[in-house]
Amino acid sequence: MNDLVIDVRDLSRSFGDLKVVEGLSLQVARGEICGFLGANGSGKTTTIRMLCGLLAPDGGSGTCIGYDILRQAHDIRRQVGYMTQRFSLYDDLTVFENLDFVAAVFEMPNRRAAVAEMIERMGLGDRRDQLAGQLSGGWKQRLALSACVLHGPKLLLLDEPTAGVDVKARREFWDLIHDMAVDGLTTLVSTHYMDEAERCSRIVYLAQGRIVVQGGAAAVIGGSGLVTFEATGEGIDAAARRLRGAPGVEAAGVFGRALHIAGMDRTALQAAVRAEGDGLEWREVEPRLEDVFIHMLSVEEARR
Amino acid sequence: MNRFSFARLIALLRKETIQVMRDSMTLRMIIAIPIMQLFLFGYAINSDPKHLPAGLLSVDASKYERTIAAALNNSGYYNLQQIRTEQEADEGLARGDLMFVVEIPPGFDRAVDRGENPSVLIDADATDPSAIGNAVSALNSVLADFNRDLPPIHQALPQTPATNFVVHARYNPEQLTVLNIVPGLIVIVLTFSTLFVTTLAITRERERGTMENLLAMPVRPIEVMIAKIIPYVFIGYVQVGLILVASVVFFDLPVRGSLPLLLGALGLFIASNLALGVTFSTIASNQMQAVQLAQFTLMPSFMLSGFMFPFRGMPVWAQVFGNLIPTTHAMRIVRGMLLKGNGWNEIASDVWPMAAFTVAVIVFAVWRYRETLD
Repeated sequence: MNDLVIDVRDLSRSFGDLKVVEGLSLQVARGEICGFLGANGSGKTTTIRMLCGLLAPDGGSGTCIGYDILRQAHDIRRQVGYMTQRFSLYDDLTVFENLDFVAAVFEMPNRRAAVAEMIERMGLGDRRDQLAGQLSGGWKQRLALSACVLHGPKLLLLDEPTAGVDVKARREFWDLIHDMAVDGLTTLVSTHYMDEAERCSRIVYLAQGRIVVQGGAAAVIGGSGLVTFEATGEGIDAAARRLRGAPGVEAAGVFGRALHIAGMDRTALQAAVRAEGDGLEWREVEPRLEDVFIHMLSVEEARR
Repeated sequence: MNRFSFARLIALLRKETIQVMRDSMTLRMIIAIPIMQLFLFGYAINSDPKHLPAGLLSVDASKYERTIAAALNNSGYYNLQQIRTEQEADEGLARGDLMFVVEIPPGFDRAVDRGENPSVLIDADATDPSAIGNAVSALNSVLADFNRDLPPIHQALPQTPATNFVVHARYNPEQLTVLNIVPGLIVIVLTFSTLFVTTLAITRERERGTMENLLAMPVRPIEVMIAKIIPYVFIGYVQVGLILVASVVFFDLPVRGSLPLLLGALGLFIASNLALGVTFSTIASNQMQAVQLAQFTLMPSFMLSGFMFPFRGMPVWAQVFGNLIPTTHAMRIVRGMLLKGNGWNEIASDVWPMAAFTVAVIVFAVWRYRETLD
C-alpha cells in the first residue's frame, strides 16, 4: 500500500439530470488534514459518501485506504470513521449505549475498556448515562466524533462536523483532530468556517462538483491573484456602502474596526480608493482566505 | 391587519396538491386499495357456504344410500365423496378436508324397508358453527326428498318417517360460537400487534437520519432485519401467554393439543408477521406509508382468514388468496390444536405455508434493503 490514503480519479455522480460531482480526482496522503470547502450543493457531501461506499459513483475509480471504492465498500467501512452532517446516533440511547453499540458493531475486542477509555478521553464521563437526544449541540458533536474514532479508523471523513457548535467546542474539536493527525490519522473534513480551513494542511475547494483550487492556505491565497486594501478611520461603514458597487470592487465589508475591499484589478481598486478621498487611512494588505473564497463564490455565480 | 387571502389559499392548495401527486405510492394506495377491498369483501364473504366437502361412509352398497347421497348433493350444501374407513373419516375431519361425514349404518336398506326408522349419523365439524349451520338445516328438506322418492309402499305410511338424521357436532358439541371466536381472536390480536411494530422499524431509521450512520457501519442487511424481528418475537410470546390464560380462565377454552407444539407454531406465525412488517418498512419511504401498508394487510387477514366468515363459504379464488396469508394458516392451526386436539400430522400442511411465506418475505426484504443511500 502506498502512502495515499485517498486516491480517486474522475469520480462522477448524478442525481437524475443533476451532475453533482464531475471528474473529481483527489489524493490525500497519510496524516494529512484535508479541508473540503465549497458552497452549499457543491458536491462535498456526495464526494464523502462515495469515498466511504455509501453512494456508488456513476464513473471513475480509485482506492480508499488501499481498497477499491467500487468493489470493497465493506472493507472500507471497517476502517473509516464517518461523521454525518446531521447527528445520526440514536437519540433514545445514552452516551454509553451509543458508543457501546458502535464498538459492538465493529466487533472490537475489549469493548468495555475501549468505550470507557473513549468516554474518559473525550470528557464525556459526566454525561455517560444521559440520553443522546438530550445533549446540547457541542456534546452531541463530541459524542459523534467519539463514535467515529472509537474503532481506530485510518481515515476520518467528517461532514461539516462543527456546524452549529460554539467557538470553544470547535477549538477543542480541532485540537483533538490535530492530536490524532500526529498519530497518523488522516482526516478529510468539510467546513464553511475559514478559521477551520486555515487549520488544515491542505484545502480543496469545490464548485459545482469540480475541484477549483487545492493546496495549502498560503498557496491558495497566493494563487488567487486577489488584491485587498484595508482602511481605518471614521465613517468606514458609509464608505463600505459606497464602495460595494464601485467598479473593480468585488467585495467590501467591515471587519471589526477595519474596512476591507477586494478585487482582481489593482488599478481599478486603487481608483476606487482614491475616489474616497482623504477621510480614511488606506493600506494594501495580504488577502485572507475568506476574501479568496468569497471571490471564488462570486466568480462561480457569475458563470452560472 | 391580516385578512384572509384567496391568493395565499390557492398557493397553499397548489403546494399540497403537488406534494400529494408526487407521493405516488400513497396515492395509488388511497385509490386502489379501497376499491380492491370493496370487490374482495363484497364477493368473498358468504355466511351461507355451500358445496361443503363431506365424506360418505358406508359398509355395504345400498339403493337408499344412493338416494340419500343424491338428495344431499342436490341440496347444494354437500359435496359427497366416498370414503372407506372410520380412520379416513376422522383424519379428514381433523385436518379440515372434510366438514361432514355421513355414515350409513350396515343393513340400512333392510331396516328402512321394515320401517325400523334407522338413523343416518352425520358427524359435523362444529369448530365454526356458522359454517355448518345452514347445511344442517338443509337436512330436513333432504329427508322430505328421501321420503318422497321411496317406493309407493312406504308412501302409504307417511306418519312414520323412513329414516332420520342424527347430527353429531364434533369438537364443539354445544356449538358455542365463542369457542370458534376466541382461538381466532388469538391469531387476530397477534397479527395486529406484531405487524405494526416492525413496519416502522426501518422507515424510522431513515426518518431520524440514523440510517446513514447504520449504513456506514459494517452491518449486513440480514443482521439488521433479524435484529429488528427477534425482540418482538418475545413480546409476541408474552401476548400469546396472556391471551391463552385469559381464554382458558374466562371462556373455558379447551387446550386439547400439545402446548409446546402450539407455541412453536405460533412462534413461526409471529415471525412471519414481523418479517412482513420489516419488508413493508423497506418498501415504504416514510412511516405513514408503512402504516398504511400494514393496515391494508390487516383487512384481508380479518376477512379472508376464516376469522369473521367461514373460509369454505368463499369462492375458490378468494380461498386461494386467503391461503397465502399466514393468518389463515395460524387460524386453522390454533383452532385445530385447541378444539380438535390436533398434532403435528394434522397441522403440518398449515405450518409449511407459513414457513415458506416467512422465508420468501425475508429474502425479499434483504433484496430490497439498500446498503447505499441510492
